[in-house]
Amino acid sequence: MQPVLVANKLSKKYGKVVALDSADLELYPGEVLGVIGDNGAGKSTLIKVLCGAVIPDSGEILLDGNKVTFTSPIEARKLGIETVYQNLALSPALSITDNMFLGREIRQKGFMGSFLKFLDKKAMADEARKRLSDLGLLTIQNINQLVETLSGGQRQGVAVARATSFGTKVVIMDEPTAALGVKESRRVLELIGEVRSRGIPIILISHNMPHVFEVADRIHIHRLGTRLCVIDPKKHEMSDAVAYMTGAKQPPQD
Amino acid sequence: MNKVSDDISKDLKDQPKFTTDIGEKDQDHHSFDLGEQTTLKKIQHFLHGNPTIVPVIILILSVIAFGFIAGGKFFSAFNLSLIVQQVTIVGILAAAQTLIILTAGIDLSVAAMMVLASVFMGKLSVEMGVPTLPAIAVGFISGIATGAFNGILVTRLRLPPFIVTLGTWNIFFALVIFFTGSQSIRSSDIEVNAPLLHFWGERINLGGFVFTYGAFLMIGIFVFLWFLLNKTAWGRHVYAIGDDKEAAELSGIRTDRMLVSIYAVAGLVVAIGAWVSIGRVGSVSPTSFYEGNLDSITAVVIGGTSLFGGRGTIIGSLFGALIVGVFSSGLSIAGLDVLWQRFALGCLIIVAVGIDQWIRKVSA
Repeated sequence: MQPVLVANKLSKKYGKVVALDSADLELYPGEVLGVIGDNGAGKSTLIKVLCGAVIPDSGEILLDGNKVTFTSPIEARKLGIETVYQNLALSPALSITDNMFLGREIRQKGFMGSFLKFLDKKAMADEARKRLSDLGLLTIQNINQLVETLSGGQRQGVAVARATSFGTKVVIMDEPTAALGVKESRRVLELIGEVRSRGIPIILISHNMPHVFEVADRIHIHRLGTRLCVIDPKKHEMSDAVAYMTGAKQPPQD
Repeated sequence: MNKVSDDISKDLKDQPKFTTDIGEKDQDHHSFDLGEQTTLKKIQHFLHGNPTIVPVIILILSVIAFGFIAGGKFFSAFNLSLIVQQVTIVGILAAAQTLIILTAGIDLSVAAMMVLASVFMGKLSVEMGVPTLPAIAVGFISGIATGAFNGILVTRLRLPPFIVTLGTWNIFFALVIFFTGSQSIRSSDIEVNAPLLHFWGERINLGGFVFTYGAFLMIGIFVFLWFLLNKTAWGRHVYAIGDDKEAAELSGIRTDRMLVSIYAVAGLVVAIGAWVSIGRVGSVSPTSFYEGNLDSITAVVIGGTSLFGGRGTIIGSLFGALIVGVFSSGLSIAGLDVLWQRFALGCLIIVAVGIDQWIRKVSA
């Protein structure tokens, strides 16, 4: 099976600090790939390179087998790599609909839209409602509710719905449960399952080992700027993963 | 120490098992209700969702209050229409100012920009023999250019708008003095050479209420900007940038280009104000509207737009300008000294910003 996204020998130095040392990564269709690593292992640099926020010194990125280059998250997004940032990148004072279509608004048809540039609010609201209900978030009563009136988990839901709405090939989720309570985290983990069931592969970066082990199909362990190993969460214990991560134990050879 | 460990053990107890099945007790987090609310919280939420309500209430209350204090004179058609005439210029400046403040910026140079544009209109048409319409067009270009100049400095040099516009306020003011040599262009000269410049000062009598054309134009500007802000992507992006610039950037909005365009549109609105101001004042005076910068900010703030950006309505600023007009008129009819008008206005500003801060806490 051809991977959707491949990172090939990515390197990045900041002065003398080697953040990425010819790191590899593969993401297969329909899977959740957990990415874990100790602080300073370079996993956030890896993710920033994949989402376009950092330009690597060397190495290449293949999307659907084609080499791609991008210099900003916006370019990466145009190619179908969507990122749900830890801070979500939502505008709290705008409505759910406005946020979902921010920068990609739907205009009215005909003169009103093409000349007067009027927005088709109804079409956007309908589409937003559909996206949210697809993800099992139908209980949002008012699609024109302001995002700041939503809870942390609900905001995450809006950000995920936005990330999966526009011909997305890959979703990168950066610490989606870090700021959430227990119940809200549950909901977000369910959400990850919903996105996967719709065939969109996810790269999940998290410090929360139980969460990663719960939803990931494979776990990429990052250490000292490169990929140490990829493990199957069903065949390994959390304590093993921590041991590999910290270098206390040698990774399996397979 | 005990409390902490109790909390932790409680958390651990509440922690669901790490399996994919979700028990029934977890279902309630699907609901989006806001939980139990006190009356005060409800008011807070309501005001939060309807930011224009506060200025409307203040306007109604102040009209009623001044009706009592100042008596029937206040409610005379003449006085009410005078209030509208008096707020026209500050209202137009406030409309432009609202755009800037919504982006979490501030523009201290709007009045200087306006006077500069009016100087171009007056100088060219009255003293240099340029036909009036092209002279007005040059004034509009001046407004757009000075606005865009502010925007470019804010985005390219990454300077705070406060500093940029503090600087350009002085620069534009110096240019005004340079071009005019501190001389006013007299109203009678304008009447003879370019009567079109006085167009917006013409009056129309509607059943005792006397309105200038400029007052209608002001309303028209507010309605137009309302549509722009609420019905177009451009308008939503104004709010998004003011709310969280980083988030807007990550959402694919080219924030720097947007900001320059917002400052330029504000400049155009200011230039329209310049034309109206010639009709209102009659002459073009290099030292007029010296307090227009701060008056426009006052109107916007009283109108419920947050100085921290992303929150507020353009119509609120119209009410804000009207409130200022009602206060000045009411207090002077009641025979109070100008110093008390200032005093009352100062209190109003602080109360308005205080209410805004309180409303903003709703999301916390």
